[in-house]
Amino acid sequence: MAPHTEQLIRSSAVQLRGLTRSFEDRTVLDGIDLDIPAGQFVALLGHSGSGKSTLLRAVAHLDHEVVGSGQLTAPERVSVVFQDSRLLPWRRVLDNVLLGLDGKEAEHKGREALAEVGLKGRERAWPNELSGGEAQRAALARSLVREPELLLADEPFGALDALTRIKMHTLLRELWERHRPSVLLVTHDVDEAIVLADRVLVLDHGRIGLDLTIDRPHPRSYRDPLLGEYRERLLAALGVTEDHK
Amino acid sequence: MTTSASTNTGTSTDATADTRAGTVTDASADTGAEAATAPAASVAVTAEDAARGRRRRRRRGLSPGKPWPASRLVGPLLLIVLWAAASAAGRLDTGAIPAPWTVLETGANLWTDGTLTTDVLTSLERAAYGFAIGLTAGVTLALASGLTRTGEALIDGTVQLNRAIPTLGLIPLFILWLGIGETFKIAIIAIVVYIPIYLNTHAALSGIDHRFVELAEVQGLSKVQFIRQVVIPGALPGFFVGLRLGVTGSWLGLVVLEQINATSGLGYMMFQAQNYGQSDVILVGLLIYGVFGLLSDTAVRLIERRVLSWRRTLSS
Ligand SMILES: Nc1ncnc2c1ncn2[C@@H]1O[C@H](COP(=O)(O)OP(=O)(O)OP(=O)(O)O)[C@@H](O)[C@H]1O
Ligand SMILES: [Mg+2]
Repeated sequence: MAPHTEQLIRSSAVQLRGLTRSFEDRTVLDGIDLDIPAGQFVALLGHSGSGKSTLLRAVAHLDHEVVGSGQLTAPERVSVVFQDSRLLPWRRVLDNVLLGLDGKEAEHKGREALAEVGLKGRERAWPNELSGGEAQRAALARSLVREPELLLADEPFGALDALTRIKMHTLLRELWERHRPSVLLVTHDVDEAIVLADRVLVLDHGRIGLDLTIDRPHPRSYRDPLLGEYRERLLAALGVTEDHK
Repeated sequence: MTTSASTNTGTSTDATADTRAGTVTDASADTGAEAATAPAASVAVTAEDAARGRRRRRRRGLSPGKPWPASRLVGPLLLIVLWAAASAAGRLDTGAIPAPWTVLETGANLWTDGTLTTDVLTSLERAAYGFAIGLTAGVTLALASGLTRTGEALIDGTVQLNRAIPTLGLIPLFILWLGIGETFKIAIIAIVVYIPIYLNTHAALSGIDHRFVELAEVQGLSKVQFIRQVVIPGALPGFFVGLRLGVTGSWLGLVVLEQINATSGLGYMMFQAQNYGQSDVILVGLLIYGVFGLLSDTAVRLIERRVLSWRRTLSS
C-alpha cells in the first residue's frame, strides 16, 4: 500500500493542499498548495534537484513508494510525456500510440493523432527508425489519443536539438489550443516556459517560490521585448543575477 | 519504506539502447553499417587544402571493414582443401586420418546398409525429446519465477543450486535411479537444456526496464496486458540467447551420453569404431554431429531474426 496518506479525488482540475514528499528524512516537497484550473497551460521551473519531477510524479500517481502527506486532486484522464520518448521498441509506431487501448475506433483515433503530429505514413515504422524529434512526436500522439484532461510533461524536449525544440514548441501549443487539456510542463529552460505557458511556477526549497501569470498573446516570439521583463523576474527567482549571465 | 522509484530525468537514456544491452547481438552486421558510412566521412577536405594540391588526408577507419560474403565458410573450406591435398599427396597416415573421400564413401556405405539411419534416428530422437522437455521446463519455470514473488522464492534459488552442480556429474545417480535405458539420457539432456533457457529468460523477465513499468502504469495497462505487451516481448531477446545455448547444450549432452553409456545411436557407432580402429567411421559420426549442430543453430537464428525483426532495423 502507498505510504503517503492523502486520498485521490477526481475532478477536472488539479488541486494540491499541503503536499509533502520526502526521501530518507530529506523533505523535497514541503507543503505545496497549488490550483491549476481546467485548461490552463502551466510551466514549472526550478533548479536541478528542486523537486520538479517529484511533484509531477506525485500528480501522475507514479510515486507509490515515496513518503508524504497532503491532499491531491487530479483529473480522471491523465497523460504523461517523459523526457525520453519511451516507445516500446518491439511495437510499431501506431501500436505504441495505441498502447492500452483497443478496438477499431481507437485505431482510427491513433491514426488521426499521428497525422496531427506530422507522422502520417509512419504508422508501420519501428521506433528505432525514428529520429529523436519524430519519436517525441509519436510520444505526444500517444498521450493525445487518450484525450487527457491533464497533460503532464517532464522536460519533454530536453533531449532535442534547439531547432527541433522550437518546432516542438509550436506543435505543442497548437495541440493544446485544439484539445485544451490542463498542462503541467516541467522544464529547465526559462525561455521555453515564457514562450509556451500562461503561467509559470518556480519551485524553490520545496515550495512554490514564484507564481507568475504571463499575459501576452500567442504565438509569442523569443525576441518579444515585453517578455524580457518576465525573464528577469524568473531568473531572479531562480537566483541568477546579472553577473551570472 | 523503500524509495526505489527513480526519477524520469535520472534515467534519460535512449530506450532502444537499454533493450539491446545485455543481450547478445550479431556484431558483424553493425560493423558492416559503420564501414559503409566511413568513406563518406573521410571526404571532408577543405577547399583550401584542395587548392594547394595537398595530399588528401584520409581518416583511418577503425572498424575491420565490410564483412565478406559467407565469410564463415572460408576457414572450414580451407581446412578441407588442406586435408584433401595432404591425403592426395600421401602425407597423412590413413589409419589415423583417412582421406575425405574415404570418409564420404564409408558414410554412403553405412547409409545404404541401414545401420547409419537407425543410429542417426535414435540420436535425433533422444536430442529432440530432451530438448523439448528442457525447453518447456525452462520457459515454464522462468515465467513462474520471473512473474510471481512466490515462484521466485520457490524456484530461483533451487535452479541456481542445480546450476552449481555440473549436470554430467549427475549421470551415475541418474543411472541408479532411472536405469541405463532411454529415460536417464533424456533426463540429462533436458537438464542441460533447461538451465541456460531458464537463466536467460528469468534474467530478462525480471530485468524489465523500470521506465517501461512506469509507462504501463501511465497508460493504464492491466496486469495481464502489462505482462503480454511489455514484459514478455521485452524478455524475448534474452530467451533467444538461452535457446541458442540450450540447443548447443542438447548436442553436447547427447555426445557425452552416447560415448560413455551407449547401446545404440551415433555415439555408440563411434565407440564401436574406436574398438576396431575404424577412424573413417568415427569421422562420419563427428561430421553428422557437426551438421546437426550447425543446422539447429541456423534454424534458431532464422526464427530469432523473424521474431525479433524490430531489432534488425538498427543493424541493416
Ligand atoms: N527515488 C529517490 N530516492 C531518493 N532521493 C530521491 C529520489 N528521487 C528523487 N530524489 C531526490 O529528490 C530531490 C528532487 O529530485 P527531483 O528529481 O524531483 O528533482 P528535479 O527538480 O526534477 O531535478 P532535475 O531538474 O535535475 O530533473 C533530489 O535531491 C533527488 O536526489
Ligand atoms: Mg527532473
